[in-house]
Amino acid sequence: MENNTKLKAYWKTNLRYLSILLTIWFVVSYGFGILLVDELNTIRLGGFKLGFWFAQQGAIFTFVVLIFVYVRLMNKLDKKYNVDERPSKNDLD
Amino acid sequence: MNLSVQTWTYLIVGATFALYIFIAIRSRAGSTKEFYVAGGGVPPLANGMATAADWMSAASFISMAGLISFMGYDGAVYLMGWTGGYVLLALLLAPYLRKFGKFTVPDFIGDRYYSDVARTVAVICALFVSFTYVAGQMRGVGVVFSRFLEVPINWGIIIGMGIVFFYAVLGGMKGITYTQVAQYCVLIFAFMVPAIYISIQLTGNPIPQLGFGGTVAEGVPLLDKLDGLHKELGFAAYTDGSKSTIDVFFITAALMIGTAGLPHVIVRFFTVPKVKDARISAGYALVFIAILYTTAPAIAAFARTNLITTIEDKKEYKAMPEWFKKWENTGLIAWTDKNNDGQIQYLPGKPFKGKPKFNTQKGKSGERLVTNEATANKNELYIDRDIMVLANPEIARLPNWVIALVAAGGLAAALSTAAGLLLVISTSVSHDLIKKQINPNISERGELLYARIAAAVAVVVAGLFGIYPPGFVAQVVAFAFGLAAASFFPAIVLGIFDKRMNKQGAIAGMVVGLLFTIAYIVYFKFLGGTAAGWWFGISPEGIGTLGMLINAGVALAVSRNTEAPPKNVQNMVEQIRFPRGAGDAQQH
Repeated sequence: MENNTKLKAYWKTNLRYLSILLTIWFVVSYGFGILLVDELNTIRLGGFKLGFWFAQQGAIFTFVVLIFVYVRLMNKLDKKYNVDERPSKNDLD
Repeated sequence: MNLSVQTWTYLIVGATFALYIFIAIRSRAGSTKEFYVAGGGVPPLANGMATAADWMSAASFISMAGLISFMGYDGAVYLMGWTGGYVLLALLLAPYLRKFGKFTVPDFIGDRYYSDVARTVAVICALFVSFTYVAGQMRGVGVVFSRFLEVPINWGIIIGMGIVFFYAVLGGMKGITYTQVAQYCVLIFAFMVPAIYISIQLTGNPIPQLGFGGTVAEGVPLLDKLDGLHKELGFAAYTDGSKSTIDVFFITAALMIGTAGLPHVIVRFFTVPKVKDARISAGYALVFIAILYTTAPAIAAFARTNLITTIEDKKEYKAMPEWFKKWENTGLIAWTDKNNDGQIQYLPGKPFKGKPKFNTQKGKSGERLVTNEATANKNELYIDRDIMVLANPEIARLPNWVIALVAAGGLAAALSTAAGLLLVISTSVSHDLIKKQINPNISERGELLYARIAAAVAVVVAGLFGIYPPGFVAQVVAFAFGLAAASFFPAIVLGIFDKRMNKQGAIAGMVVGLLFTIAYIVYFKFLGGTAAGWWFGISPEGIGTLGMLINAGVALAVSRNTEAPPKNVQNMVEQIRFPRGAGDAQQH
């Protein structure tokens, strides 16, 4: 029973992480790179127009960062709720 | 050394092929587990690299920079579309599927939806997607071979078939994984060397990603110069693009979601030992992919600038450099002197209808004459988008060994992806159809034999697709994504995140999503549908996004009106949501 509530809390936190990270994912690519591209193109980043830069470079860099942030968050979360894959005899099942 | 391009190509391509075959023989598969998931013991970093090579196809290597070069801003659909899916993979799919711990995507669908019908639908989807995709790869192999070894495209495809046949059939996933690691190294080196050279030539900055935003010799930013050149010739500005916003949105989404639904990508995450490894190897894969994907748009802009300035400087056909005539000989460049002035007019629009068909005669300036019906506009030059990356080093006058290296890289990209796809096809047949449905008592050796036969048949069929292709390499591949997006992605994600999803819902969703997407593509690509009839202005390339939404909508509606899945399936969904207890990928 206790395990069950614990797992629910783990899953809820996971879903919260997912929604935050996927929101950033959406805003950077579809927002900055596509929907707002004309507005951002009035701003310059070196030799780039900013909207064009997000669409062809910036979004990709952001994707990489998002995955590594997710990996870090989840590895911590797994440990906190004791569901990580340490070789252990007290597996939850 | 002052060897010819031809000699260098034989040397470098020969050396890389010898390496692949050596690895394939060293790591050939002895059991079905090794054949399907490399024994489940691939370290995450190696898996990331193999995933990147598996993923980056002939389309990424050969066609993408070329397409972007002609599309300008619109090329972002490929750049974001083919990278953003890894975020979905890492966050929504890979860890859970690894925890589930079977061999294939149809395995998951079949077990999660407790239904052989669902499994069969998934197998059909997997075969459909993989065949569509592999056709593009074989075409890519043909293009590279025909140009660099100067054989006809169809012969190139046949040679490519022979090589893939050899190591996919022999090595299975184990052989493929380590060959792909080597192929990644070859292809990324081959992609970066000319990019760095050209970046230095044009902007003085050795890092292409920075050179892209750098300044050319005249003191203006490269992209501004390119916009200026485009304006002079009457093209839309390079940094603006010409697709509608909604179409760009839908195509990008279809490619991203499709990426996350491609069976040959998903299966790579079954090969690592732990759930933790599945997450991080998606991250590594994206790093390795991003190196190429952030360089490609830089190459596109460099190549476009070089191409326009070369033609505009000289103008006269007779004064064109050697590469121009070489590519004309392969039929990928054609010039038709509409106003008989001996000069090349390069302007927007198609110079003539369709792909060039040459007769045996030469024109006044020595050009190959085409028999195509000329169009009314003033443009005289046809350039196949596929050659931009391949011709780039020649256009920039780089040393011969660099040109040969690009050939080896293109082949590595095409072969690694083709092998990954053929493996999915053979696994679908031998494991999902024969072992799981037709003959469950089949012996390990029997199953392995069927896997190899299926791989062999698949190679031949793929070759035929390559010889009679339905479009540009990248476009053929784009359809595979639409189909993957509309079939697998919702079924898998709902299977993990919606415990109430049942077999009726999932099957209805997959069938409706897939049929809708196929119908739309076939109607607008092959049955004469025109852009005016596109729903909401969505092109066939982007329709997979709508197909995905329809799939999910139908699945949710049907599942809520039919009974809940059995208790043991609901428990299984609970189990895959946390990492502890993930064993090896296993059969039962």
